[in-house]
Amino acid sequence: MNWTWFHKWGSPKWFYEMSGAWLKGFAIAACVLLAAGLVWALAIAPEDYQQGNSFRIIYIHVPAAFLAQSCYLMLAIAGIIGLVWKMKLADVALQCAAPIGASMTFIALLTGAVWGKPTWGAWWVWDARLTSMLILLFLYFGVIALSQAISNRDSAAKACAVLSIVGVINLPIIKYSVEWWNTLHQPATFKITEKPAMPMEMWLPLLIMVLGFYCFFATVLLMRMRLEVLKRESRTRWVRNEVEASR
Amino acid sequence: MNFATLADFFAMGGHAPYVWSAYGISLLVLLLNVAVPLLARRRYVADERRRIRREEAAQ
Repeated sequence: MNWTWFHKWGSPKWFYEMSGAWLKGFAIAACVLLAAGLVWALAIAPEDYQQGNSFRIIYIHVPAAFLAQSCYLMLAIAGIIGLVWKMKLADVALQCAAPIGASMTFIALLTGAVWGKPTWGAWWVWDARLTSMLILLFLYFGVIALSQAISNRDSAAKACAVLSIVGVINLPIIKYSVEWWNTLHQPATFKITEKPAMPMEMWLPLLIMVLGFYCFFATVLLMRMRLEVLKRESRTRWVRNEVEASR
Repeated sequence: MNFATLADFFAMGGHAPYVWSAYGISLLVLLLNVAVPLLARRRYVADERRRIRREEAAQ
C-alpha cells in the first residue's frame, strides 16, 4: 500500500497550504445548510401534536449532542495517532477540537434543560443520559485544563491523548444510558436499521441541521488548527512569509 | 409554512420563551466559536509583524 497520503500529514506546511481551500468549502456549506435548516426548523416544519412548538428545540439539541460525542471520538482518534505515529498535527487537532466540543456539549445540555422545563416540568434531573453528558463536558474541561497545566508541549500532548482515549468509555455509556437506565430521557428516535419514528417533514430539516453542524465544526476546527500551526511553526521561513502576506 | 402570521411565529404557540432562548443562546455560542479564532489570528499576525520589525531594526 502507498502511504504517501499519510506522510503528507506530517508536514504542517502542506496542511496549511491545503486547508485554506477546505476551510472555504466547509464555511460555505455550513452557512447554506444552517440558514436553510434554521428557516425550515423554525417556520416550515409542522408542530408536534403533543409538545407543540417547544419540540423545535430538537433541531439544535440533537445536532449539538451528535457533534459533542463525535468530537470526543475525534479527540480519542487524534490521541491514538499522536501516541502511535508521533504526528504533531494530531495534537494540534486534539487541542483545537476540545473547546469546540465543550461548547457543543454546553449547547446540548442547555437546550435540553430549556426543552425539559415545558416537557418534563423540570430544568434538570439526575437522569442517566443527562448525567453522562455532564461527565462528557467535564472530560472536555479536563483535557483543556491538562494541556494548560503542563508547560512541556510533548508531555502535555501525551497526557491529553491518554485522557482522551480513557474518556472514550463514556461514549457507549451515553449511547446506551437511555436503554440501561430507563428513567426520563427518551430513547433514540433514529436507528440505522429502522425507519425513522418521525414524519419526513420533521426529520428532513433535522438531517440538514446535523449536516450543517458538522460542516460548522469542520470550519471552526480548521480556523483554530491553522492558527495553531502558524504559532508552532512561527520560526520558519514560510510562516514569516504568510504573516507578511496577510493583513 | 406552519404559521399564519408573523405574530404567531414569534409567539411559538405559547412556547416563545423556551424556543427563542434556546435558539438565541445556541446561536451566541456558535458565533463565539467563529469570533474567537478570528480575533486570535488577527492578534497573532499583529504581534508577529511587530516582532519581525523589531528584529530587523536590531540587525
